[in-house]
Amino acid sequence: MSIFEYNGSAVVAMVGKNCFAIASDRRLGVQLQTIATDFKRISKIHDRLFIGLSGLATDVQTLYQRLVFRHKLYQLREERDMKPETFASLVSAILYEKRFGPYLCQPVIAGLGEDDKPFICTMDSIGAKELAKDFVVSGTASESLYGACEAMYKPDMEAEELFETISQALLSSVDRDCLSGWGGHVYVVTPNEIKERILKGRMD
Amino acid sequence: MECVFGLVGNGFAIVAADTSAVHSILVHKNNEDKIMLLDSHKLIAASGEPGDRVQFTEYVQKNVSLYQFRNGIPLTTAAAANFTRGELATALRKNPYSVNILMAGYDKEAGASLYYIDYIATLHKVDKGAFGYGSYFSLSTMDRHFRSDMSVEEAIELVDKCIVEIRSRLVIAPPNFVIKIVDKDGARTHAWRQSVQDVTTASV
Repeated sequence: MSIFEYNGSAVVAMVGKNCFAIASDRRLGVQLQTIATDFKRISKIHDRLFIGLSGLATDVQTLYQRLVFRHKLYQLREERDMKPETFASLVSAILYEKRFGPYLCQPVIAGLGEDDKPFICTMDSIGAKELAKDFVVSGTASESLYGACEAMYKPDMEAEELFETISQALLSSVDRDCLSGWGGHVYVVTPNEIKERILKGRMD
Repeated sequence: MECVFGLVGNGFAIVAADTSAVHSILVHKNNEDKIMLLDSHKLIAASGEPGDRVQFTEYVQKNVSLYQFRNGIPLTTAAAANFTRGELATALRKNPYSVNILMAGYDKEAGASLYYIDYIATLHKVDKGAFGYGSYFSLSTMDRHFRSDMSVEEAIELVDKCIVEIRSRLVIAPPNFVIKIVDKDGARTHAWRQSVQDVTTASV
């Protein structure tokens, strides 16, 4: 079994009309055994920037702590929040630093940039950025997620419709993956508010 | 075949661990206490390589005491758990410790809590957790009978159910267990469950 599949994870982000949604599953496992069904994979960096980390849970936690540290330092020096594009470059640089002994995670970054324009990107475990205009996926259920998102996505969805779409894509994909699931955690972010919702899916 | 498990009840947390010290096919002793008192209101139940287990848990214990000496107040359970995770994470890519930890503690504000810390430094706050081959039996038994806010008597009944399950279904099941509890009155040994005792008198 690959080390990326040790804990099991699924993360997806989608772009809507002046908003974005980022969602993840909630399972924390150790190979075949489920340890917890309330593991947080998506973290807020600031009110308009979220990062979802899939892959090995210990590196998810370590990397998240390092990124929060770097962002807080940036906030102290620059007296403002980081732009999503800048943050993505920061994550990419931090991951490439460990090129020959990498953090075993794949981040999904979603944020609202200038003029409330949504930004999403993903990268592999050594920081190769992949920008997309529609959706990005990562985790053990990524192949199913690609298919589900491609089928269900349409551009310029409003927040409510975007929530429905991303939730259906996530739940149907993790149902085909034994290592991810046990519900979902969805954040829908518009310029005015952040809506956090827990999904109840197949609990198996 | 080390079995460690624990659960959180109404204002208390209980951890149980087997007490065999084994080297290949030989049982060195069967009253080895694997649950260490971290401070007055914290317990650390550890399983894994014997040298690492003792060395690492003593290291954590001494650092927790040092914090209390320096700052005049004890660490919270969450802080101690995060410190432990940090040490495991730092050592992970240099000189990893092979120790799995269940940390139970009681804080005035947060109440009783239980933290699951993997040997690769995955940290998660749980209501019930287990390590080792015994976890396949104890986790399922706890999933069936656990309710939130159980009384001490109910929790001990559940712990005993798990011990019975481990003893009957695990091929080289450890014969003896120690059960420790932590609540507002502190951390202490609650009971031993022994089916094999050490013979101390030599037969002539």
